[in-house]
Amino acid sequence: MSHGFYIALSYAISALIVAVMLGRIWLDGRARQRELAELEASGIRRRSSAAGKGELA
Amino acid sequence: MMSLLLRDLKLSVRAGGGALIGVLFFMTVVAVIPFGVGPDLNLLSRIGPAIVWIGALLAALLGLDRLFQTERDDGSLDLILMQEHPLVLTVLVKCVAHWVANSLPLVVASPLLGLFMNMSEVAIGAVAVTLLVGTPALTFIGAVGAAVAVSLPRGGLLVSILVLPLAIPVLIFGVSASYAAVEDPAPFMPPFLILLAITMFFAVLGPLGAALALRNASD
Amino acid sequence: MTQSLAITKFSDLANPTYFLNLSGRILPWLGCLTAVLFAAGLYLSFTTEGDYQQGETVRIMYVHVPAAWLSMMCYSVMALSAIGTLVWRHPLADVSHKAAAPLGAAFTLIALATGSLWGKPMWGTWWVWDARLTSVFVLFLMYLGLIALNRAMDDPSKAARVSAVLILVGFVNIPIIKFSVEWWNTLHQPASVVRLDGPTIDPEFLIPLLVMAFAFTFLFFTLHLMAMRNEIWRRRVTAQRRMAARMASREN
Repeated sequence: MSHGFYIALSYAISALIVAVMLGRIWLDGRARQRELAELEASGIRRRSSAAGKGELA
Repeated sequence: MMSLLLRDLKLSVRAGGGALIGVLFFMTVVAVIPFGVGPDLNLLSRIGPAIVWIGALLAALLGLDRLFQTERDDGSLDLILMQEHPLVLTVLVKCVAHWVANSLPLVVASPLLGLFMNMSEVAIGAVAVTLLVGTPALTFIGAVGAAVAVSLPRGGLLVSILVLPLAIPVLIFGVSASYAAVEDPAPFMPPFLILLAITMFFAVLGPLGAALALRNASD
Repeated sequence: MTQSLAITKFSDLANPTYFLNLSGRILPWLGCLTAVLFAAGLYLSFTTEGDYQQGETVRIMYVHVPAAWLSMMCYSVMALSAIGTLVWRHPLADVSHKAAAPLGAAFTLIALATGSLWGKPMWGTWWVWDARLTSVFVLFLMYLGLIALNRAMDDPSKAARVSAVLILVGFVNIPIIKFSVEWWNTLHQPASVVRLDGPTIDPEFLIPLLVMAFAFTFLFFTLHLMAMRNEIWRRRVTAQRRMAARMASREN
């Protein structure tokens, strides 16, 4: 097989992996934001806008 | 400290302690290999040291999740965390007890398996000596994995996955030292001394990491 | 908790809300920069001359080398975050090393796959137990183990601290693994394998390689920031759901 095949394949695999990674993170972010918006809509708010620290711990 | 050592030893030797199971597993794994690669004695004697070492590695990992599990189950882990002795020392003692109960039998059993593998007397001796020096390192690395997985319901398999990559250096130098003892041009001492150095290094790093993980996993 | 100097210094960044705002502003720029660098890097890597020795396959190196480099940089980022978790109890450090582990695994996978695809035409085999390949493979296994550990634990804060210990132990071990794999390799390796690292790299190859390396680095930071934001949001969602459940049970 020609070298071109291997080059194309390696670029394609790298692009695929990067695309999967990007897509997964992107979709995950969309889903989380939607969940937050739903919670917001149902009237559950964060305790205060300044209280960021406690939520993470 | 001494009483902790004796207590741990008694617990693991008693029925259900699992010390015997490790040796049985070791023997079974090594005994299965010839059925896979064929009964060619020359081949077996050539790969024998590697087989025995890999079998010992797997068997040493097998019992590792029990290192802190029983303490956690009966609640004495919290006592160990609260006592005045430095936690690192306690972990070190527990590792030593675990090694004596679980890995030392492997070392004792290895010459017998070496005979099955048609290894020469020198090779058998070399494998036993390298196992004697190398298996403590496996226990010490494994202690970190066991401490990390202590709060998991089924941590046993995860411990092996986490620990195996870190155990590669031990395997490499253990097997190379065993081969160096048989094959003439390669000197035995350099890989053996490196193996010793790795063991001593992990004797420090392992308990430190395990103590840190235990403190963080408990609260 | 005693507020040490280090904490007060980081305190602005330790506030996740502030971090979300800041990263939200930086991210579009970072993404654009990554895209531009990739466009330039890909253009350069397909227009430059092939190597007289490796032929056209040298183009695989423009992906392979940056990915391999990033697989190691990602672990260093994780180790730094692990120190942040254990020493300063920095809430963002927890998020950081959890978000970085899948990225590191992905870049390592790219490095392994392209390395294998380079090896097939050059060495005639998909896989060689070469010292570098082997240590990168071990690194890949370590990433997967860390991901498995993170997934196995329910409590995110405890998972972060425990995996931070493991990351640091692994970080100390990497040089030992590297050294031992090289030792093992010199024992077993037939000397016929063509090594990649020639004495010098022609500047012809260096420029696209550097551009691609920068592109991959910025890609990593973009994705890392995005994944960190996701993780913060995820924790907020769980925290708010728990709060909602508590309020609901109080009313009943």
